[in-house]
Amino acid sequence: MTVYTPDANTPAARPRTYIEAGYTLRSWLLTTDHKRIAILYMISITGFFFLGALGAAAVRLELLTPKLDLLHADGYNRAFTLHGVVMVWFFLIPSIPTVFGNFLIPLMIGARDLAFPRLNLLSWYIYVLGGLFTAYVLVAGGVETGWTLYTPLSTKYAPGHTVMAAAAIFVVGFSSILTGLNFIVTIHTLRAPGMTWFRLPIFVWSHYATSVILVLATPVLAMALILLALERALGIGVFDPDLGGDPLLWQHLFWFYSHPAVYIMVLPSMGVVTELVTTFAKKRVFGYEFVAFASIAIAIIGFLVWGHHMFVAGQSMYASMVFSFLSFLVAVPSAIKVYNWTATLYKGQLDLRAPLFYAMGFIGLFVFGGLTGLILASLALDVHAHGTAFVVAHFHYIMVGGAVSAYLGALHCWWPKMTGRMYSEFWGRISALLIFFGFNITFFPQYILGWLGMPRRYHSYPPEFQSWEVLSTAGAVMLGVGYLLPLVYLLWSLRYGPRAPANPWGASGLEWRVPSPPPKHNFEEIPVVSWEAYDYPPPQEEQG
Amino acid sequence: MTTAPFVRPEQQQEANHLGIWLFLATEAMMFGALFFALTVVRLRVPEGVRVASGHLDKLLGTVNTGVLLTSSLLVALAVSAARRGRQERTAGLLAGGAGLGVIFLAIKAYEYQKEFSEGLMPGPGFRLHDHPGAELFFNLYYAATGLHAVHLTIGVLLMLGLSARVLGGYLRLPERAESVELPGLYWHTVDIVWVFLYPTLYLVSG
Amino acid sequence: MTSWLPFWPASASAYADRIDLLVWAFSALIVSLAAPVVVGMVWFAAKYYRGSPADRSHAPTRGFWVEADWTVIPFLLAMVFFVWAAHLYYVERTPPGGALEVAVVAKQWMWKFQHPGGQREINELHVPTGQPVKLTMTSQDVIHSLFLPELRLKMDVLPDRYTTIWFQADRPGTYALRCTQFCGTDHALMGGRFIVQEPRDYEAWLRSSAVDGTLAQEGERLFRRLGCSGCHGANASVHAPDLAGIYGTQQPLSDGTFALADDRYIRDSILMPKRQVVAGYEPIMPSFAGKVSEEEILRLIAYVKSLPREGNRQP
Repeated sequence: MTVYTPDANTPAARPRTYIEAGYTLRSWLLTTDHKRIAILYMISITGFFFLGALGAAAVRLELLTPKLDLLHADGYNRAFTLHGVVMVWFFLIPSIPTVFGNFLIPLMIGARDLAFPRLNLLSWYIYVLGGLFTAYVLVAGGVETGWTLYTPLSTKYAPGHTVMAAAAIFVVGFSSILTGLNFIVTIHTLRAPGMTWFRLPIFVWSHYATSVILVLATPVLAMALILLALERALGIGVFDPDLGGDPLLWQHLFWFYSHPAVYIMVLPSMGVVTELVTTFAKKRVFGYEFVAFASIAIAIIGFLVWGHHMFVAGQSMYASMVFSFLSFLVAVPSAIKVYNWTATLYKGQLDLRAPLFYAMGFIGLFVFGGLTGLILASLALDVHAHGTAFVVAHFHYIMVGGAVSAYLGALHCWWPKMTGRMYSEFWGRISALLIFFGFNITFFPQYILGWLGMPRRYHSYPPEFQSWEVLSTAGAVMLGVGYLLPLVYLLWSLRYGPRAPANPWGASGLEWRVPSPPPKHNFEEIPVVSWEAYDYPPPQEEQG
Repeated sequence: MTTAPFVRPEQQQEANHLGIWLFLATEAMMFGALFFALTVVRLRVPEGVRVASGHLDKLLGTVNTGVLLTSSLLVALAVSAARRGRQERTAGLLAGGAGLGVIFLAIKAYEYQKEFSEGLMPGPGFRLHDHPGAELFFNLYYAATGLHAVHLTIGVLLMLGLSARVLGGYLRLPERAESVELPGLYWHTVDIVWVFLYPTLYLVSG
Repeated sequence: MTSWLPFWPASASAYADRIDLLVWAFSALIVSLAAPVVVGMVWFAAKYYRGSPADRSHAPTRGFWVEADWTVIPFLLAMVFFVWAAHLYYVERTPPGGALEVAVVAKQWMWKFQHPGGQREINELHVPTGQPVKLTMTSQDVIHSLFLPELRLKMDVLPDRYTTIWFQADRPGTYALRCTQFCGTDHALMGGRFIVQEPRDYEAWLRSSAVDGTLAQEGERLFRRLGCSGCHGANASVHAPDLAGIYGTQQPLSDGTFALADDRYIRDSILMPKRQVVAGYEPIMPSFAGKVSEEEILRLIAYVKSLPREGNRQP
């Protein structure tokens, strides 16, 4: 058992960091260093996040009034399509794995890099290529089908650059697959001596489970997109009942990928939250094995529930019952994690800093959003709530209240490690609070609106709904400010923030044993691990 | 031979093997989705599918299956030769496998040309309009075999490149036998996909 | 409820009340499952902040039985709601016999309804209280979804197939009718009024609506105009199946299997006659694809349904 004390910075002894190992653009754009690739991803992902946010801003501004008065109908449809496509594929799916997974997994397991460093760089280039292509398509002319691309609307009736969008998403899928493949191989083969599976941080377990989904689900989307493009461009007929095809086939293929995809989005966040909670409570996660296995269970069961998106689509009643039951089942491992995090905080030494604020915000919003997911998993209730703002509220609670909060929590927790600078704790806490309250004000009204009968993807609504929509937009403004603030103070800290020691939080984990920022090769010597994960001393000992 | 970040050669070997198998799993999932679509169409318009499938050249399809299976045999023998350090034999077997792959593609091209002349290509010339689902079947047939052909072409280029490197002494055997074995797995996967495509497309009417 | 800040939709049926009860009960469970987490976190933050004098002895990091408890018990409680909701879903998907049948055709961007008596509506649906109503729906183009929020019901409407929904409205009023499956440019405008009336008022409305004929009568007119009676009529010289009383019966097919002669069967026979040929007949019926609209098909179906069963036909 080791005592972890936040250590002082010793600049004289500081080795050359990965940032100082080359200042040319070429050294960054041709790097194979997982840490630099993580930074490259961080910059591109931030750009896409704000692009997706512009789509949301357009939607929320339009919805301030009951009638269509800001955009024209097609413009509105393009706005929410852009928002969904960019946020799902260019922010939520890559964000935590490509930024924090890339940076931290080798460090956490005691390796010098990922298994296939050049594949990692290729993955980033594919992401950027696909992303720029998609952004161009969405902005220049647009796509008007929603991110779900349902047939036959997308194949026969909708105007816009649907085929190009499908091609762009197809391209970026390879980025996902390569990242997942790299992580799985790395975790299997590059663990330091003594780093057994059950000594790994839960962050690594979560990314392993995520990677399994990335590798197995994404190819199904690839094929679905190929068929969609062929149908729209050449009319092959696979989704066209007049030619013997079936529009529901698209829904099955799409959701077979897209439901596991939401676990790709949330499992890494759960891994982050486990690290945040343990680091800032100075305590081993409650029920390590349960939490580790829960990650795997979510990945597996998550492949079996896709039909819950199709309860009113014309799916058989009995198939729907099976999917409903399995959807209840998949909530169980998530519930285990939530209760275990809470129990971890019990009798800990809670360091109430920004990362812990984000973690606690995640836990509260995720548990609530997840439980409303059970309402949607309930057949007769989904018949009413499907296709309404209730669903929008549910998934934003998980994706924004959950995943984005976790991303920001991770950003604050590992900012010192990645950049060597401390951020302003005051502004960090302010942003976390603004985001938490702004988020709730934006999205709680959507539950009410949905149950009242407000459909999704509508630009107009009955006048009596307006108060809720105005409240929602007001919340979105607050949320927007909350997201912009970190951009300012984090960038500011790069120049003016105090230099960070190797272990500013007194945390366990191999990444905290190397300098901040780490040297290019991570460890002077590959560590030999002889201790358990999160082996903090009993919290009682910290007192006095 | 170990490259960073690996420390021990077995580590790197395990990683390369695991990497290839994961990649092949993605291929299985992608073609799996295609087979799912083909199955749904078969269940929805069985008559049209049966009639359309009956117009495919079963003989050529069977010959092609034999060609591809033989090519896999040659590649497997190449891997075995590589493990025994037989430089020239390995190169020859790899080239032979690639050559059979080219023959497969040639036969496929001939089939496409035949189908074109028989009015079985999608478009205004398609002549099985009386059977709902027949045109859809043929569209999926072209999409599926086309996608397979793309994968096969990549495989052919891989095998030829490998053969050249082995023959030129750039790949010393048996030390670098893994560099023959892993692409060989890809070749076998492309073959297995065909082994499923063949009955699904050609053998519908029994 | 205040009209400027509505909180809950009106309820137009007993079924809607049952849904509301379910969702309230489930919400109570949800709150009871989430509250310990939220309250716990806030309490722990207040009590166990770093350096606080709270007692932290025996801080647990594992506990199999407590884990099992907080896993199994919530799951079993949630299962109650799974069963409850599945049961209501089953009820909602199983229309009773003798329902008033309304034909629905959706297209970008409007809803077309036709009552059995031939009355037609666009973007408005009148129904009587106290009687089951069954909607048989199809789309002319993309997938739409008919949403009746005050009934807590919706069902997608697909091209080239029929989906059905049934309900019994109990409270007269004017309610919402909306499309909830994104269907293009004017998706947000594809809606109207769902008007539930006392039977007397509904009858009055029926009488006041202009009608060419009942749905079945219009179907009969089409049957002649399109030439169907030329082969299927009583005096036809062509050997074609007699359609009297076939609706709802099992039809023997040329491949040895049987098919139920339901709405879909009749529609397919009109549009793709070679797909399922009745045993003992040649596949010579021409396809009417492109020659009949979805509404016309529904009228033809109503006509075929109305033909009485004759002597020795087996059900």
